[in-house]
Amino acid sequence: MIYLQLLWVFVKIGVLGFGGGYAMLSLIQHEVVDNYGWMNTTEFADMVAISQMTPGPISINLATYVGYTAGGFGGSLLASFALCLPSVIMVYLIIKLFMSKKNNSLMTNTLKGLKPAIAGLIFAAGLAMMNTQNFVDFGRGQYNISVVICVLAFVASYFFKANPILLIVLSGVVGFFAY
Amino acid sequence: MKKVFELFWSFFKIGAFTLGGGYAMLSMVEKAVVDQKKWIPNDEFWDMIAVVQSLPGVFAVNTALYVGHRVAGTKGAFAAMLGAIIPSITIILLLATVFREFRDNPVVERVFKGIRPCVVALILAPSLRMIKSAKVTWKTAIIPIATVFLIWWCKISPAYVILAAIAGSLIYALIINKKAKKKEAKP
Repeated sequence: MIYLQLLWVFVKIGVLGFGGGYAMLSLIQHEVVDNYGWMNTTEFADMVAISQMTPGPISINLATYVGYTAGGFGGSLLASFALCLPSVIMVYLIIKLFMSKKNNSLMTNTLKGLKPAIAGLIFAAGLAMMNTQNFVDFGRGQYNISVVICVLAFVASYFFKANPILLIVLSGVVGFFAY
Repeated sequence: MKKVFELFWSFFKIGAFTLGGGYAMLSMVEKAVVDQKKWIPNDEFWDMIAVVQSLPGVFAVNTALYVGHRVAGTKGAFAAMLGAIIPSITIILLLATVFREFRDNPVVERVFKGIRPCVVALILAPSLRMIKSAKVTWKTAIIPIATVFLIWWCKISPAYVILAAIAGSLIYALIINKKAKKKEAKP
């Protein structure tokens, strides 16, 4: 049963995952945390950090991690391959049909329209993680170190395009000394 | 057969050593496929990336499948795909097993208490950068705001929101294409 659920969830994500790994976060979060309860919100945040810090495609990292948590070794392989399955079918269709120029401009214009919605989708995933489980000292004491970490990391990432792995490591060091 | 193995090995190395996901892989794929092995000419490679980029799913897997198929047919496609994902699966499996053992370790707990708020920032920042690059105006700002509202506040499945967004974008694209055609018709 768990295998069927994993298969269905990740095939769906493979079909609807426009815009790369981050755009899939909302979809994964909805299924894994809200729908099936395979993880809670802190485990989800930890998984995102680990997937970001390890090499390889982020979405494959996420699928493997979710699959392992929900269904062990078999689950991890199944989730990763389920995520790739729509890609295999679509790339083959593209190769066989060979995209014409006309279809191409329709597709790029569709994607242009889709982009703002995908941005909203990613933003929603971040908002859903803003809770007292992930911000442990929020509203307790006067310092709220977690809020400071979040704001500084945001400024460093948004304005200075700081390396995400460096930011994760630095935040870990701050956490070690602060908590 | 040699090409099939070479494809696997090239994508295996790319999968094992690129941090930061699919887009970070692109320059490595270009170096391996276009510059070193000379499997695909440069302009064809970038045309192909434009198509692959617009497909849903795992960007790195889409790229691997296309390059693999172009170079060595179906066998090549699967060899390249496996090469791209096997390092990820192996490393995450190892880490997930270890991490679940040490999750309750007080040191690990402290470190991750610091990391979690950072992860939230790392998700919010690129989404705002994307809004900027999509040239969202005050008029079109309704799209990302509505998306956030529906998913975060109304708890509507993101799957439906994406499907609705695709439908909307397709209509928009059809209108734009029609307008472009009209312009062509009367110069």
